[in-house]
Amino acid sequence: RDFNERCAQCSEVNWGLTDGGRFYCRSCHNVTERTREVVNTDFITNSRVQTISKGLRKQEKNDGDCEWYICEGFQLVLKKQVEALEALGICPQMKDEVLCNFWRCYLQKSKQAYCKRPAGETVKALSVCESSTDVDSDPERPSLLRLLSLSESEGDLQTDCSFASSVSKVSENTSVYSGSVDGSLYLMKNQKEKLRMTMPMTLSFCYMALLWVREPITLSELLRFVVEGHIPYLNIYQHFPEKMKLCGLDLKVFCIESWPVYEEVFNKMHELAAFLDLPRFPDITESCFLHPDMLCMKYLMEANLPDELHIWTCRVVKKTGIGEVDFLTLIPGNKSTRKVKYDVLAAAVIVVVLKLLFLLDDHYEWLLSEFAEERNKSNTEGGPYFEFKKWYEVVKHSLDVEQKKLDEERAKYQWRCEKPLFYSVKNKSKVLKRRQMVVNLQKQFGKLSGSMQRAEKPNPSSFQLSWSEENTDGNCFHGHSLKGILQEKCGLLTAMNPDYWLCTVKLCNEKLCGHLAHYREVEFPQSYHFVLGLFSFLLRIQPSYIHDEVCMIEHKLFNKKLSKKLKYNSILKK
Amino acid sequence: SSNEHTLNFKKSKEACLSYIQDALLQKQWKRAAEFLTCYAESLEKDYSREHISPSEMIWRIGTEILWHRSQGSMKEFSCFMEQMKSLGVKRYLKVCLEHVFHLLCNGQIDEAYQNLSLAESWRFGEQTAIQDKEMKLIQAYRGLLDYYSWSKQKNILLEHGEDGFSDLAVEQEMHGYFRKAAMNLKEIIKIPGVWDIFVKCYVDLLEFYGDHNEARQVLNEYAYNSKFPANPNAHVYLYQFLKRQGEPKKSLISALKILHDIVPSHELMIDFNTMLQKSKKRKNRRLGLEVIFAALDYAGWKENAKAWSCLARQVKQIVISEKHLDWIKQEWNSRKDWWPAFHFSRYLAKRNWRENQSLSYEKALVAGILMGKDCKYFKYVSHQGCKAQLKQFRMLKKFVNKHSPVYLRIAG
Repeated sequence: RDFNERCAQCSEVNWGLTDGGRFYCRSCHNVTERTREVVNTDFITNSRVQTISKGLRKQEKNDGDCEWYICEGFQLVLKKQVEALEALGICPQMKDEVLCNFWRCYLQKSKQAYCKRPAGETVKALSVCESSTDVDSDPERPSLLRLLSLSESEGDLQTDCSFASSVSKVSENTSVYSGSVDGSLYLMKNQKEKLRMTMPMTLSFCYMALLWVREPITLSELLRFVVEGHIPYLNIYQHFPEKMKLCGLDLKVFCIESWPVYEEVFNKMHELAAFLDLPRFPDITESCFLHPDMLCMKYLMEANLPDELHIWTCRVVKKTGIGEVDFLTLIPGNKSTRKVKYDVLAAAVIVVVLKLLFLLDDHYEWLLSEFAEERNKSNTEGGPYFEFKKWYEVVKHSLDVEQKKLDEERAKYQWRCEKPLFYSVKNKSKVLKRRQMVVNLQKQFGKLSGSMQRAEKPNPSSFQLSWSEENTDGNCFHGHSLKGILQEKCGLLTAMNPDYWLCTVKLCNEKLCGHLAHYREVEFPQSYHFVLGLFSFLLRIQPSYIHDEVCMIEHKLFNKKLSKKLKYNSILKK
Repeated sequence: SSNEHTLNFKKSKEACLSYIQDALLQKQWKRAAEFLTCYAESLEKDYSREHISPSEMIWRIGTEILWHRSQGSMKEFSCFMEQMKSLGVKRYLKVCLEHVFHLLCNGQIDEAYQNLSLAESWRFGEQTAIQDKEMKLIQAYRGLLDYYSWSKQKNILLEHGEDGFSDLAVEQEMHGYFRKAAMNLKEIIKIPGVWDIFVKCYVDLLEFYGDHNEARQVLNEYAYNSKFPANPNAHVYLYQFLKRQGEPKKSLISALKILHDIVPSHELMIDFNTMLQKSKKRKNRRLGLEVIFAALDYAGWKENAKAWSCLARQVKQIVISEKHLDWIKQEWNSRKDWWPAFHFSRYLAKRNWRENQSLSYEKALVAGILMGKDCKYFKYVSHQGCKAQLKQFRMLKKFVNKHSPVYLRIAG
């Protein structure tokens, strides 16, 4: 099997197999007496033991397993994901017109490099090449045709590349073992230049396509749907057809045991867009869902803040220029513009507005709240004035409840599914036994706790917190008025609050230290921390990222004043 | 609440475990079961580097939950234990043992015996040798149950004996149990450890069959072999055996001396002091005083009338003889700063008088000698006693008054 010896005649290590099952040296055609033992298990789906007399590779083995490449697997993953998105209401064009093309483009750009690899390198990369298909023989045109047929779309083949005639060594040494044809190669080869596909990257693809068609879903929502199980990601392999056997190194590629991380998916998407040489994306205009004016409206509602604040968010957006088409629209490969996180940006705008109106220094907002409370008590006609204190209590309570639920869900999260995974043939029976034991235990203790069935997946919802004006307990603040904190000056409504504090006086270099500013809870007012925490929960992202955007917006907003000031004060007059 | 928004397998299972822990600590078995259900899938992940593997976690946590939830329904419990046995070969015998313990706690002696026999016959390559200690324990517990059966047969025999019947069959059975029990018990006590119950039973067997030498040797080994962990009970057993055998005082005293060194507050200290007081040897009497003072240093002895009467007797005897007052002085020296508040406060005087007059009498005597007739305790108690016209207390007052100079010599 692992035939590493040097040929007696030419000292090469370049072995093939004769008809009779003997090893022969391909360099000098010296035949040895060594024979290869046939390893015969039903897991060797792609045993490529063929003799030199046969040229073509069989597509299907007798036991019904087919040979498949990692890329086919990913294609299937994308297909499933986009179907799920369609079920959520995304337009079908995304799948057929957008994602497919992106994927084809990716295959073309990445696979081209495969073909340039010389045969000799193959031998070195794997310790023994039990190569079946002779490298000189017909390099096949794979499977793009087959791939595309899987995605059920028509279209021209834009590629002229061929897949590497890779060899997967099948042996009981599990390190180079995989159900797919190129599993081992996929993980071993240095793929930095070629942007190797990973599971998180499938989400990048999805997001990229969603952005292209400007669907009303943000990245944080997408990832939340993934975690809630509405979009296949975890245990995606259970959707693979029976014939596509997953084992060995394939598991490393397809089996995920962590939630997707916003930053990772986001950054990869931009890398991908640049890699694919995509042109400027369709414009994000004021009527788009992803425009900060729109997203702010949504988040204001979800945060139970008065609708009147929307005027202010629009003003901030206008003043800072972050509503401009050129700022918001993605131009792949453009290193000078900052990549826009639409959801985080909108949340940050709201935070800035709150700071403008309420200062949020742990004093002023409570003072304002007291005034509003006084007024509300004595004057019940006309709508109520917005009281920060009441709002804080209501929202904090709900937030705590939801956070507690979320924490329990995290602890209860199930990572495995019914379909078992085998790394290799050897541990198949052990794996099955363990699975059976797990199922038994779950039954036994499930009965004890009274929760036999796993709770049904909650219906996917765009809003995690909802507030109803019909509720008589007065917990909804949408209709509350900001009159108490505003004043008229020269015909314009301005805030009564004359002060503002900057989160940071100087922005860091994002490229160097990863952040624009460094957020430490103890250095900032509690109210500010609370507001960050609220949006952090809604977007499922660390508060520091929102803080970064807040800093960025502030610096745009007070740009003139900042550049004028020579001394660094921590409080500026508006 | 966590500010983390990422999650992976390891972190979520860690969180799951901490929820289980909270639930267990608050005895919320249902909730613990709920989270254990979620934790179960950890079994499928290889955690060979973890300090405690998932399978061990599940075994221990599951045992706790089932034990508290399904009391009475041992069937479910046993079913679970069987599953756990198959989970980890390296732990097989341990799980068997714990299962047996639970069965015994539930009174299911026969099932426990069956399980022990089954476990004894288990063989698994090199694991058998590695789990040798657990195997010895299993054999020991089986030996213990054999002893229990032997004991039952013995009692039957004794009853029949009284009626004049002799039952050969029962006798044979009894001897059979003896052999089985003795063989296993003998083995385990060779290994250094704390084997109180095994030793007791084994000695009981040996004594019954008249093998006193072996019994003595076993007890000596258990008490004096330095490889064995220090164990007060070992000395207690030895002492009791020697007493039963009618050994001379000398050996009894030497056995109890070690007990005094290890556990000065042991209940046998009263017997010890009594023995020592009667001794002709001066150093023994001296030791007796030391022993009784040391015992009364402990809060558990504060209201022990017998102990106080021992001390009172000895103190009185010393005072009357006017010899060895320095003994009292030595003992009192390290205690005079805290015994007054500890034993002889006015509050205690009132309480002791109200609750236990004989206690207060003894204590008053001691107090009067050690601290003089003007001390709070003595004054109050003797006053009360005389008021109640109890002769005893009048005598006490007279005695202390007579010997009041003694106090000065002790205190000085």
